[in-house]
Parts: sequence; C-alpha cells; structure tokens
Amino acid sequence: MRVAVLKGGRSLERQVSLRSGARVQDALERLGHEPIPIDVGPDLVTQLTTHQPDVAFVALHGSDGEDGTVQELLEVVGIPYTGSGISACIRASDKVLAKHAMRDRGIPTPDFYAFNETALGALGAAQALPAIEDRLEFPIVVKPARQGSALGIKFARTAADVPTALVAAFSYDRKVLLERYVEGREMAVSILEQDGVPVVLPIVEAVPEQEDFYDFEARYEIGRTRFVCPAELDEPVGARAGEIALATYALLGCSGFGRVDLMLETATDELYVLEANPIPGLTETSLLPLAAEAAGISFDALVERVLAAVVVPA
Amino acid sequence: MSPDGLERDPDPVLPGRNAHSAVPRRRSSARDIQRYASLFAQRTKVMRSSAMRDLMALTEREDVISLAGGMPDTSTFPADSYAALMNTIAGESCARALQYGPTEGFARVKECVARVMAAEGMEIDTDEVLVTTGGQQVIDLVCKTLLDPGDVVVAEAPTYPGAIPTFSSYEADVVQVTMDRDGMRVHELEATLDELERSGRRPKFIYTVPNFHNPAGVTMSLERRRELVRIAGEREIIVLEDNPYGLLRYEGEALPTLHSLDDEFVIYASTFSKILSPGVRLGWAVAPAPILQKMQIGKQGSDLCSSSISQYFVSAYFDAGPWDDYVRSLLEIYRRRRDVMLDALAEHFPREAEWTHPRGGLFIWATMPDYIDTTDLLARALREHVAFVPGRAAFVDGRGGSAMRLNFSGVDEDAIREGIRRIGEVVREQVAMYGTLTGAGGSVEPPRREAASRADVTAAAARIAAERAAAAERTAAAPRAAEAGGDSAADRVGRTDEDLAKVLHMPAKHKRAG
Repeated sequence: MRVAVLKGGRSLERQVSLRSGARVQDALERLGHEPIPIDVGPDLVTQLTTHQPDVAFVALHGSDGEDGTVQELLEVVGIPYTGSGISACIRASDKVLAKHAMRDRGIPTPDFYAFNETALGALGAAQALPAIEDRLEFPIVVKPARQGSALGIKFARTAADVPTALVAAFSYDRKVLLERYVEGREMAVSILEQDGVPVVLPIVEAVPEQEDFYDFEARYEIGRTRFVCPAELDEPVGARAGEIALATYALLGCSGFGRVDLMLETATDELYVLEANPIPGLTETSLLPLAAEAAGISFDALVERVLAAVVVPA
Repeated sequence: MSPDGLERDPDPVLPGRNAHSAVPRRRSSARDIQRYASLFAQRTKVMRSSAMRDLMALTEREDVISLAGGMPDTSTFPADSYAALMNTIAGESCARALQYGPTEGFARVKECVARVMAAEGMEIDTDEVLVTTGGQQVIDLVCKTLLDPGDVVVAEAPTYPGAIPTFSSYEADVVQVTMDRDGMRVHELEATLDELERSGRRPKFIYTVPNFHNPAGVTMSLERRRELVRIAGEREIIVLEDNPYGLLRYEGEALPTLHSLDDEFVIYASTFSKILSPGVRLGWAVAPAPILQKMQIGKQGSDLCSSSISQYFVSAYFDAGPWDDYVRSLLEIYRRRRDVMLDALAEHFPREAEWTHPRGGLFIWATMPDYIDTTDLLARALREHVAFVPGRAAFVDGRGGSAMRLNFSGVDEDAIREGIRRIGEVVREQVAMYGTLTGAGGSVEPPRREAASRADVTAAAARIAAERAAAAERTAAAPRAAEAGGDSAADRVGRTDEDLAKVLHMPAKHKRAG
C-alpha cells in the first residue's frame, strides 16, 4: 500500500510529530508498504493530489493535525486516513469541549471553569476569579484549552499566581481553563481497535523521578519520568480505569486508536479523566507503543492495526 | 545544534527522501528506550527542557522573522571573492588543502591569528596558538583539560547559552555571578569564591565574555578587567576569556583584553566566525604552554585537526588584501541594524520593558515585567511568525524567565522593524491582560509612534532614570571607571547599576548545572 505519512507541521509539537512520523515510516517499510513522508505545510493538498496515496497515516500532534483541520482536507481530497474523524478530533483536542461532554455524561473529570480572552476583556471575567478560586481551592492547574503535551500548563499555588498562570496559558490559546488539582497517580490508558472493537491495552503509570508536583516537561525526556507498565493497581481500580477510558473514547467518537489520561486521586481512590488524545505520540518514549508492547503487540503490528481501522471519506 | 547551543529541527524531510531505503532497519521497540537509557552516561541527563527545545525548533521556519539566531550576515561576503579564493587554493595547493593538517593548525593560519590579535592590541608568539574548530571548541577543550565531574566553573549570569551544554557535558557545577552595565560584578565574584573556599572548593576556571556580552550586550569596564585578573592571579584560577565580538565595536574606544593584562592565568579564545565566516568553523586559543599542550592532546582525540580546506581559505583570504575591509563593511551594516532595533524597541515595546544598549556585538537583552514568562511568550510570538531566545536559555537554574535575547545581525532592517513591532504587540497584549486580571486597569502605555530616532532611546532611558533619580544620586556617589570615551546614550542619562541589574534581571544565586 502507498501510505502518506503526515508529520511535522507548524504546531508546537512539531518535534514530537517528526519523531512519531519517522518511526511510523520505518515500520511501514518493514511491513512492505510504501511510505510517502509529507512534512505538512502549505503544499499539503498538492502533495496529496500528486502522490495519490491509498491511505494517509496521520502522525501529527497538536494544532492542525489533531484538531480536525487536516482531517477535513483529507475528506475533501478523498483519501482514507488513520485515527479519529473530524468531529471526534475537534471534541477531543479541545479540553473545554471534552470536559463539558464528560460532565454532561457523568464521566468523572476534575472540576473546572473555562473562559476565553473575549470574556476577559468584554465581560469582566477577571472579577469572577475569586469565586472560581474559592470553589476549586488551591493549588489550581491552569491550562490552555487546545494544546497537547505539557506546554503552557501552570500550577497556581496561591491567588497571586493565578494572573501570571493565565497570561502564560493565553500564550497558547484564546481559551483557557482553571482546573482543580488532583493529587495522585497519573495513568495513561491506551486504546487500540481490533476489528472495529476498541480494546484497552495495559495501563501505563507515569512516576516522576523527582518529588514535588509532576513535572510536565518530563513527559518526553528520558530519565526524568519512570513508566511502569502494566501499572500496579488493584484489579477493580484497573478495570474501572479501563471502563472510564472506553466510555470517554466512545463519548468523544474516537476511532482507530487513542489514549485517555486519568488521575487516581490518593485521598479518595477516585479516578478522574484529564484529557483524551485522538492521536497519541508514537515516539520511542511514548506511552501507547509501550502499552501495546506490554500486550505483546510490536510497534509494527501496532501500525498495521491502526492502518486497518481507517476513516473512509464519505 | 545552532551556534546558540539550542537544538533545532533534527529531522527535516529532505527533498527526494523516499521510501526506498535499501536495507530495512533493525526493529525498534518501545522497550529499547529503557534499554538504552541504562547505557547513557550521567552527563546526558542534564538536558535542556523539551518545551524550550520544541519551541526553538520552530524558530527556523521560513515564514518566521527570527531574532533568535546568533548569526553574522554571510550574504554580505562577495561571492566572486569566495570563488577567486577557492580558485587560488585549487591552483596552488589543492592536494595540501585536501589533506590532514597539523593538530595545532597551519603556521600560516597562526600568522593570521597574530594579525587579528594585533588589531586588538595583543602581541603574541604563534607558538602559543592552537587553531580550533570554531571558538566553541576552545570552551570544550578547556573543560576537557581542566574539569573533573563536580568541579566548579564560574560564569556570568546570564551566560552564553551555547556554553551551558558544554559545561554540563563535563558535569561541571556552574555558579553564575550577576552582571551590571560594567560586566561581571567582581565583588560578588570574590564573595562567591570566598564562600566556595569555605566549603573547600576552588573553581577551575572563570568563564567570561568581556566584550559585547552574549546575551547581555554589556562590556566589562577597565577597572573590572584589572580586578578580575588580579583575583585570578592571587587565587591561581584560570580565566577563560571568550572574545568573539571584540572587533565588532560600533561606538567608543576598545578596552584592553584580559589576556593583554595578564597572560599567566588567562586562556584567550576567539574566532574567525564574526570577522570572516562562521562556516569555515575556525577559532583559536592562546594559552600558557602547559595548558596548551594538554588542549592539543585533547583536540587530537576530538578531531585530529581542524579543516585544512578552511585553513587554506582563511590564509588565502588574508594574503589577498586587507582582511579588515570586510570587518569595516560589517560594522556599518550591524551598527545600522542595532540602531534600527533600538529605535524599534523604543517605539513598540511598552514602558514596562527594559533593554540594554550594546556598543558592539550582535545582541540586545530585553527584560519584561516579571509576570511575563518569555518561554510562553515565544509560543505566542510564533503565532505572529516572529522569534527570539527566551532568557532561561542563558541560565543553569531556571532564572531569566522574563528576559529575552534579540539578535540584530542576522536579518535586514525591515525585518528587524517588523519583528520588533510584532514582539512589542504581543508583549503589550500580555501587559494589558495582566492589568485586567489584577485590576490594575489594563491601560498600556500607548506605543510611542513618534519616537523613531536614537534621541528617543535617550529619552526613554532618561524617563527610566528620572523615575529613580533620587536613588540614583545617592548610589552613584562613587564614580565608576567608565569605558574611555565609550559612554552610550543610556549611560549619559545616568542609568544606575540597580537599573541595569534589573534589566539583566538576576539576584545572586548558585545552582548546579542541570
């Protein structure tokens, strides 16, 4: 099969995407396919129409690639593509949309409040901050609504930290959220479809090597975070994490594969969904490939499975 | 790696790269990373944050106005001169240029080094010279020669970002000493050395960029230079004097180098990168003989010798005519670009921001209010297709979060104006937002559109000075030895050390590299 590997792009996660893409290309070659690497830019449509690949493997992360923009173009050009369809990408990549959907459906997610720059300027949203801070209690996590990896995520330990954290988060997106900080263990639940049925892979726990708050920047670095797979969890907790992840995946309409990140709160033993990733990282340090391997699925087999579950344009 | 030591895009899709690699690569698995991780040396674990790395990778996109580079403008070198020089080499010394050369460098190149150093008032014996692969290799070889893991290196705060990974790779414990407009604060240096001594530690060397500091843009005063070599001599500590920009002076008189004040404890490093071409990758060290010998052995292990082709190019260039004509042409260009950047800063940056006024070199260091994080601001700026280096890159301990380094040599005047306009816009946006969030009103000082001349830079500095006039009077009681004839506009209006310290933005603090 001729497989266009879409990678790179202009998002802040370009580097991660290049690494994911390169690894997918290698796997495709080993599997006997013909990979066509495309660094996604202004010539994307031209490249696609020129090469006419049978399938596009979307190895993009962050804006454009994970938010439905590229998927929309693939629909227009009529090329089947891996991963989730447009609407699932839009919902999953926007934490505010995703969390509202979860809350409406009763899927546990940390309490949050979101607002955009317009509300700040035109509606005096800043005056609502004390009330928000009261309800969430410190520390509060401040995040841009649409930014993968860890960029722009700040902890506010006191009210004085909040404006600075918001200014930082608004650097990445016009919409941000303030979220209750859940202290506990971070779990990544990977999902991979088999014959159209989403299957939960062994859970990965990210254990920070340093104490203090979890350092989000450690996410792609060797030696700063230890990953345990399968995570050491009581059976009912592991099963519940799987159920919640599957429910989130289904709720957002994801397909092919995905990863749902949860926190297991130490104080309550409750699980909370932080976010869902419609195109999880596929680098050497990424969690989904690690989970697949723990399930006896090699990276090549993983790529083959993702390729078998493409979205076909209407 | 770029000249900043900031990693960029490692994996562009090369045109023509295709699926048909002949040999299928070895299967890699998710576990590989853990397996390799156990093999990695301790020193690889002290790496820059991934967020910064990922952001810096984007600054090299074609549609981005990058004030993040540290690059000379090589488009100013005439292509026909290059062709003629290479032609001469082909005709006269083809086989030798294609051959290995001596580790210490060709004698003819050392002669060129002697001429350049003479232009900066230094008389040397060519036996004291080691030709290196860029000035960067001098830093590496000095570390290799002097440092055991855990040894202390003293550097300025901020320091050259490209030196940090080198120090880290030798597992140095980097201690940073703050600066003001006269360069490294030597009193603080002495206090730091005393403190280290009390805990039984003595730094192996003090790393400094005395002229037109990268990134801070300031120059060490003569008095401080004398003090520094005195301290080094008394305590028998090496000073690594990194002087890549000394000849790029746009105003004022040159000051004596540390090496010319003391050649016993000073290792001097410089480069052809800024006066000719960074692409030739040629620099040099001048050091006391025993140290030079060890560095030479170190260089043998690193790369045997620096490129012969490059060395022939440099010597052919010096043979062909006055080597400093090109430097003079660069001075004209860079001086204008610096002025354009200073004007643009005065016009577009809010009054809450401050910046240095470099008398030479390639960089301006600008400091935002402390609630702005310039790493995050870079993400915002990239949406406007403009880039700078976040200040954190110049510290080993996470300080510098509100500062940025701006380069004025690498892009043309229009791009500088537009780049600064765009950065100014996002800074003002964040200042306003912070104002709204804290109830400070959110009114931002409107950009001073009429302020478009050097005189207005003075005016801006005067305003800052006026705000703190009384304090300035009190603290400026003791006259400082200023650079002879080198008073800049900002200095004349009485900017105090405290002001500059604020611009340079750093309290004294020690921290281990990584």
